[in-house]
Amino acid sequence: MARSELGVEHLLRRAGFGASQDDLKAFEGASTSGVLQSLLEYERQPDDVDSKIGDPAYASINRGGGFSPNLNIDHARQRWLFRMVHSKRPLQEKMALFWHNHFATAYSKIAGIVGGPQATRMMALKLDELPGPQGQIELFRSMALGSFRDLLIEVAKDPAMLVWLDGRLNTRQRPQENFGREIMELFTFGIGHYNELDVYAAARVFTGWNLRQVNRGNDANSYYEFAFNPNQHDTSAKTFTFPIYRGGGTTIPARAAADGMQDGIDFITALATHPDTARRLARKLWDFFVSEVVAPDETTLNDAASAYLLTGTRIESLVHFMLRSRQFQNPANWHTRYSWPVEFVVRAVKEVGWTGFNIDTLRAPLTTMGQTLFEPPDVNGWELGSGWFTTGGMLARMNFAAMLAGNQRLNLVRDLAGSGSSAQSVLDFFLDRLTPAPFDQSARSELLTYLETGGAWTGSDAQLRTKAAGLARLIVGSGQYQIV
Amino acid sequence: MPVTRRDFIRGGVAAFTVSFTAPAFLSDIARAQGARSRSLVVVYLGGGNDALNTVVPYQDTFYYNRRPTIAVPAGQVLQIGSDSSGKALGLHPRLTGLQSIFNQGRLAIVQRTGYQNSSRSHFQGLDIWGTANPSLPTSTGWLGRYLETVPKDALSGWSTTREVPRALLSRDVSVPGIPDARGYVFASPNNAAEGLNERAAATRIASHVSVDLPHLAFVNGTAMGAFETLDRVASVAAYPGTVAYPNNGFAVALRTVAGSIVHGTGTRVYWVQTGGYDTHASQGIQGGGAYAALMGTFGDGLAAFYNDLQNQGLLSDTLVLQFSEFGRRISENGSAGTDHGAAAIMMAMGGAVRGGIYGTAPSLNPDFSNPTLENSGGDVRYETDFRSVYARVLDNWLGASSTAILGGDFRTAAPPIV
Repeated sequence: MARSELGVEHLLRRAGFGASQDDLKAFEGASTSGVLQSLLEYERQPDDVDSKIGDPAYASINRGGGFSPNLNIDHARQRWLFRMVHSKRPLQEKMALFWHNHFATAYSKIAGIVGGPQATRMMALKLDELPGPQGQIELFRSMALGSFRDLLIEVAKDPAMLVWLDGRLNTRQRPQENFGREIMELFTFGIGHYNELDVYAAARVFTGWNLRQVNRGNDANSYYEFAFNPNQHDTSAKTFTFPIYRGGGTTIPARAAADGMQDGIDFITALATHPDTARRLARKLWDFFVSEVVAPDETTLNDAASAYLLTGTRIESLVHFMLRSRQFQNPANWHTRYSWPVEFVVRAVKEVGWTGFNIDTLRAPLTTMGQTLFEPPDVNGWELGSGWFTTGGMLARMNFAAMLAGNQRLNLVRDLAGSGSSAQSVLDFFLDRLTPAPFDQSARSELLTYLETGGAWTGSDAQLRTKAAGLARLIVGSGQYQIV
Repeated sequence: MPVTRRDFIRGGVAAFTVSFTAPAFLSDIARAQGARSRSLVVVYLGGGNDALNTVVPYQDTFYYNRRPTIAVPAGQVLQIGSDSSGKALGLHPRLTGLQSIFNQGRLAIVQRTGYQNSSRSHFQGLDIWGTANPSLPTSTGWLGRYLETVPKDALSGWSTTREVPRALLSRDVSVPGIPDARGYVFASPNNAAEGLNERAAATRIASHVSVDLPHLAFVNGTAMGAFETLDRVASVAAYPGTVAYPNNGFAVALRTVAGSIVHGTGTRVYWVQTGGYDTHASQGIQGGGAYAALMGTFGDGLAAFYNDLQNQGLLSDTLVLQFSEFGRRISENGSAGTDHGAAAIMMAMGGAVRGGIYGTAPSLNPDFSNPTLENSGGDVRYETDFRSVYARVLDNWLGASSTAILGGDFRTAAPPIV
């Protein structure tokens, strides 16, 4: 189909991972605002994507030794990538990816402490598939657009986080500063709003927020869960340099050990409702959804922050604000984000095709591009924006494009039927299907020159097979395709 | 003015693209004329190295009092003598290779390096070390500014990480990220001849720079950087080393650097890093465990690199400079680990290094009046500003002007490590 609805395509690239041919059919004739509504209200869409795993109409997965996405991290990676490609709720997966970067937790440290299967449970266990609490990524999916305060509380109790930032070891005698520092520096208002005394106090707030193992020794049913240990909680008062309570009080009062968890709830509530947290989240979501080239003006940032604070820290309010903003709609801001490697490969699969394509082949290229799911480089997450684009990372993208184009060669030639009569019609077909940022006239003529390099255009089968794959790799590997 | 990566793209794009139109093989020409080039290999220990367990003050009783679990026993340290204050020091027992290099006089250890009001944040700390600007750590990198002073070449800098660190950020020099030369190739879905057609077309498309789309120009600039470095990097890919390197990412990166030096790619600055140093918990009991494994990776990798370059006769052209974003607290925490602290050590290694121990170890007495500590006796206070070590390297090794690159005069207090 011809892609006349450029606004819809923009929306699907930003709020999702781009559009497959099927997605475009489903949205045919829909207005931009109608598509936006359906993306935002994803709870009304079926949550059945996992049931499609193994269905030959979808991308395949690598089942070596059975498929165990709750116990084997590589299988968990496949399941998540499969969801991104095929979910009817793309914004939910997109937000899960956002939170995975925001609360960046790496599997390998956890696996080094509790072993691979338990670490996979902590990262990715889907509720009720095995005993134990849901994995971190499921937490992000389930609370993706809800209250940030509630999400922070759950993150503070999340087994993966308790191992990752050592909260499991945070005790009264010797407080552990790791989580207390990072919740201020990275998860909420950021550096410049606290000092070392606040770090000490924050560590004491979370003393006793530990972990316990259930059914130890029974591999199939054993799991870890959060446990508040009153005996390890520091019951004395904690004073901060910023307000904790509405009236401006900066001291969390001394409390009985049994009530000690309230310290953390008070502290998290203070952080989540701090105006600088609101602004920081607004800025991160602006960069994620609207533009990495143009900064938001103060009014926009303040309006977004107000919406968040007025709705009791609901993330939904910020996401709505961004996707409905006039800056989002403005074509000048289209193609002004640097795609993350995961966004790039998922979109390429959706646009190029997945007939006979194995999702597992995404894993190695993603690592070379610098983004292994469940393995951010550190607690600060990935280096976003232009930071993705080193020469090695760009080569990896070009080479992935070559691999995918070769893999889908026959699929592309088949879909090209009727458009192969001239080099120009072949180019038009691919530019329509692959939705890169506009190529200028000279770049278009380079692509045409490529199609006729080695012989004038005849449309022979051999020429189509070679040049369809070659052209698809050039477009998907181009700079124009990397910016979304 | 603070500079973000985004600002580079907005403000620096014209200059940025020029670097790719300069002759790509300047270094080849220089080599053909018999010029030898010096290189600097910066090694970053990511996460904040627990320097007190790297270079152990094994006669300080407070070291053992404050680290009852994780202290390295005096009987295990590799003795390297005493510093100028008479404090006896020993290397971590897994650093046997570095002890040997120290004994050859080719390893310098600078104690208590850091800066006033040390940041305890990994990210701000690394930015401060990267920019050499504690008051405004959002500018270009010190190594990026150095590369602006040398002839433009697409391989003048080489990061072995996938993300190019801030230290190598520059307004007009783009540094490639090449962790392993073996994967640095241009693949094709078609045969070899058609692959060349694709490469030619991709190169021409990327060379079109839209001045009004700076972010597209930036992405295309990295593609051009890849095309201009592919063939030279391919010459490095097969380098096996003259010694067996350990099988880990750090050692692979060092072997890649050695290959580049041996093949004379002309690269002046390399960046290598190894992580896992954020040892908040379970860092190992009595010199063993997780921290010992880190020391093994670090020491064994550097020793292989040193021996390889020595065998190649290139040791005197190479300087290795090690740092970390901060040291750790002196007292262990309740998890047999250490939290974020302040001053730490730097090391320099190479054929031209004046080996030895520079600076003085802290007294670990937690008394609040102890001038070698800060934060109420919790952390080690810096003695040598890290920028004076940079200054020495810039002036005496790279032949650059440290005052221009660092924006201040740090030469007087610089330890004469090279």
